[in-house]
Amino acid sequence: MIAADALPTGFFLDYAWLIPLVPAIGFALIIGFGKKLPYRGSEIGIASMAISTVLAVGAVVQWMQRVNTADSGSGSAGGDGGALESVNGFARSVFPSATAGENGEPYVEPVIRTWTWWQNGGLEFGLGQHIDGLAVLMLSLVAFISLLVQIFSLDYVRGDRRYTHFFAALTLFSAGMLVMVLAENMVQIILGWEIMGLCSFMLIGHWWEDTANSKAALKAFFTVRVGDIGLLVGTAIIFFGANQWAIDNLDSHGFSVQAISAWALSGDAGTQVLLWGSVALFIACIGKSGQFPLHTWLPDAMAGPTPVSSLLHSSTMVVAGVFLVARLYPVFWEGLAFGPGGLNLIAIIGAITLVIAALLAFVQDDIKKVLAYSTVSQLGMMMLALGTGAWLPAVFHVFTHAFFKCCLFLCAGSVSHSGSHHSFDMKKDMGGLVKKMPWTAGAWIVATLALTGVFPFAGFFSKDEIIVNVGENGYTTLMWIAYLGAFLTAAYMTRATYLTFFGEPRGAAAGEHHDDVDAHTEEPHDEALVAAGHHLDAQGEPEPGVGHVAAARADDGHDGHGHDDHAHGPHESGKLILVPVVILAFLATVSGFTNAVPFGEDFEILKRYVEPRAAVVDLEDARLAIAGGPGEALQLIAPSAAAVDACGFAAPPDGAVCFFPAVNHAPFKWSKGFLALGIVGAGLLSAWLFCVAFYGRRDRRLVGLTDRFAPARWGYLFLWNKYYLDHLYERVIVRGVAYPIANAAYWVNQHVIDRMVDDSGRGTRQVGEFMYRNIDQRVVDGAVNASGTVASETGHVLQPVQSGKVNQYGALLFGAAAVAGIVLVLINV
Amino acid sequence: MLAANFLLLSAVIFCIGVFGVIARRNAVLVLMSIELILAAVMLNLVAFSAVLGTIDGQVFTLFVIGVAAAEVGVGLAMVLMVYRNRRSIALDELSEMKG
Amino acid sequence: MTVTVAAVLAADGINIAKNVGFGIIAFGMVFAALCVVSTRNIVHAALWLVVVLGGVAAQYILAGAEFVAVSQVLVYIGAVMVLFLFGIMLTRAKIGSDEGMFNDGWALGIPVAALLFGLLGWVIIDYAGDDVIANQTPTPTVMLSDAYLGPFLIPFLALTFVLLAAAIGAIVIARKD
Repeated sequence: MIAADALPTGFFLDYAWLIPLVPAIGFALIIGFGKKLPYRGSEIGIASMAISTVLAVGAVVQWMQRVNTADSGSGSAGGDGGALESVNGFARSVFPSATAGENGEPYVEPVIRTWTWWQNGGLEFGLGQHIDGLAVLMLSLVAFISLLVQIFSLDYVRGDRRYTHFFAALTLFSAGMLVMVLAENMVQIILGWEIMGLCSFMLIGHWWEDTANSKAALKAFFTVRVGDIGLLVGTAIIFFGANQWAIDNLDSHGFSVQAISAWALSGDAGTQVLLWGSVALFIACIGKSGQFPLHTWLPDAMAGPTPVSSLLHSSTMVVAGVFLVARLYPVFWEGLAFGPGGLNLIAIIGAITLVIAALLAFVQDDIKKVLAYSTVSQLGMMMLALGTGAWLPAVFHVFTHAFFKCCLFLCAGSVSHSGSHHSFDMKKDMGGLVKKMPWTAGAWIVATLALTGVFPFAGFFSKDEIIVNVGENGYTTLMWIAYLGAFLTAAYMTRATYLTFFGEPRGAAAGEHHDDVDAHTEEPHDEALVAAGHHLDAQGEPEPGVGHVAAARADDGHDGHGHDDHAHGPHESGKLILVPVVILAFLATVSGFTNAVPFGEDFEILKRYVEPRAAVVDLEDARLAIAGGPGEALQLIAPSAAAVDACGFAAPPDGAVCFFPAVNHAPFKWSKGFLALGIVGAGLLSAWLFCVAFYGRRDRRLVGLTDRFAPARWGYLFLWNKYYLDHLYERVIVRGVAYPIANAAYWVNQHVIDRMVDDSGRGTRQVGEFMYRNIDQRVVDGAVNASGTVASETGHVLQPVQSGKVNQYGALLFGAAAVAGIVLVLINV
Repeated sequence: MLAANFLLLSAVIFCIGVFGVIARRNAVLVLMSIELILAAVMLNLVAFSAVLGTIDGQVFTLFVIGVAAAEVGVGLAMVLMVYRNRRSIALDELSEMKG
Repeated sequence: MTVTVAAVLAADGINIAKNVGFGIIAFGMVFAALCVVSTRNIVHAALWLVVVLGGVAAQYILAGAEFVAVSQVLVYIGAVMVLFLFGIMLTRAKIGSDEGMFNDGWALGIPVAALLFGLLGWVIIDYAGDDVIANQTPTPTVMLSDAYLGPFLIPFLALTFVLLAAAIGAIVIARKD
């Protein structure tokens, strides 16, 4: 079978590897020269992200051209039966009997280029690019969001003492995500993954002088590390499973993403290998993407500056886990058996995360923590979608979620920057800000509506698609859980919106200024806030001017924030903050139309350009395409005629491979759409009424309910303590590891056994004492003492040998060697 | 020539070196005796290289020469330090490690 | 043992001259080595050591290892001996003879050495009693360099680090501070 001529590629596709390289170089430049530059390095960061964005957008355009060409070529093949045709100047001969993959769509070969990074023992580790629809989508998303966040940071962290380092870390962080997104092989994925882990540590702990911040940074780092072990183990398992197959069939190796995908779907892969490999890889995703039960680091990561939270939670770090599952979807598809349906690990974890994180968001007073739990919940939704075979809706949700979650975080940052005097406490320092900060409030509300999934906004399309697909693929229970999640999302976001922007202004939002030393820190933790609050109460209403002077004085020790703009209480933020926020709010509104299923095929842009085609590809073609080095010819791969069953449901025939399973796409149903809208509406409305009653009117029936009604109190405490997971980790697991097992045994001995003895009757106690006196003291101690004595006596006997004289040691050494040699010789003779 | 010539010669020198290590009291002299042992070993290596007709023995001899140079440097530095601290390099006086 | 050596010498008729040269050098080496471990003058011991090491270099040439022989002369007689003499000087051992050069238990060395020699001699005669070194043409140095820059490259690099570490270690240890 002869492959067809080249699909159109182009500069931006061939040189997509520049996209992460530019910020990486930018990082080096910022570290090296940033402090000497007029804007202290921020201009390099923004410039590099802008270049990356331009390159990524170019790649998107060229990828779309490539897909278009492939599609038109395929259409002609169907119509003309293999006639030569020229479209856009690219002549192609398509395999005559080319028939459908799944939907009559040809396989669009990703643009793969590799360079050898290092070799070891016959293994080659490459760096390269694997550019397909998913990659270009994520590349443009990450680069664009990073650019906006950096612009936002210009104003937000102005005057910070580690301003240059902040931009350096931010740039490297984006570079790490970009490296991972276009990774051609697993080693490169690990590389990007770990760069992100390191940078998140640096950024979360940016204000490390505060113990809480450095603790949060450590917690994030270590929790993710727990998952990273899964990544290493999973990569190793997959490598050992796939390597030989990849060499034999594709002239590739067991790290190549493309080869792994083909191997997983080939039917030659061992079930156990796939199962454990995918489980190990998913553990990595649990850690990185904050899935239950390793989600606890994410809310604590709010200790970092707001732009960091925004970047972390929208398009980078936490999405990395979702991306990994999406990228290696065939492995998970086969390993966890998505094809036949039925519950699997990813779907279950995703569903659990979706609900528990949404519940936790209700008891948070910190606006950023609400958003953090919201992120965790939405990530759970994405995982749920991936785990139920809804690949495209999950990726679509990643795409839309990035815009509105980034927007929400930036709004929160804007509020704290200009409205609440660097506090994030909704109950103490916010409220009524809609009048003072109309732009921020408007953007927030738009993003909230998008997140909750109200009709024309982005979240409606992506979330509804997930829910519909989950239901369509046979997971009715999980579908209702997703509806529940949507309801909860609407409710907690309404609460946050009400507390922040409506009702009576409180604390800093009312123009009060903390004159406590701690209060000026950007991210005050709870204790400082409480202290500050009490302080204020004691003083009543301090004069703004006095408070300002005190705050400015205290600021000298911190980061020298210019406080001229804080003199008059809450106000709207500056343009540098508002512009990214407004852009994101706009995108949160319209990005849903990129895959608006309700409006028909023409609106399903992501489906056409992003989802890999589930086509059975002839092995020869696949081999040509994978093995190519830099600048190889790019092939239009004709789908093999031999396709009997769709990929992912049956092994491809001999001599052919699949690269992506034929995922199901649910048709849109208005009934389900309206149901979702109704549920969201109910959530919004009920939460609004509750908020007005509870926070606004202080309704007596609701206030203090947790004190009067025990189950409510228990539930509240359970949530307030985050399901006690942190207690479990810190008090049980960490200590169990940190202290030697002997200590644990000692503790059990002392407490458990002693208590048992105490609780038993007097006779038992006497027996215990008898045991203690006779057995313990005499037998056990006697044995211990006796062994000690024996050891001591032996030591005394042997003591003269240890003369401390080197010569004697030498004599003994050589003499013993000689004797041993003689013995050996005698034995062997 | 017989290989045993070289091997026996190296065995003799090796044993003389061993005697020196055991008998000598002065640390510098012990180091010299160790040099004798190393020389014997190297001679052995070269002899085997000649017997087997391969280059590897000579390669290793050069490695041993390099390592021995390092050993002498560090060893003499230690002897100097001991001398500076205790005004003596008699090994039987350095017996604080005795049990 | 003398009988054995004589028999060995007699049994090999290929190159009498080499054998005679070997015997003379070997005798000198053994004598010098005995002096190294028995003289009461520490400087003399060092000088006798020069003789032994020079003899070893000569034996290398007999065995066809010229480059190794030259390295031996350079490193040992050139550098290591200077180090030893400096060590002797800096530790202010008497230049003349000195009582107390031996341990109390020095006699222990004799049986140990004899035992070792018995073992080694036996093994050598048993293992290589009649192996003949057929060809003693000098090894081309290019072969050695090929080996170093080829299969032994990593150990070679490692050795450079050993030497670097030794140099730094020696400075750190011997520095006065």
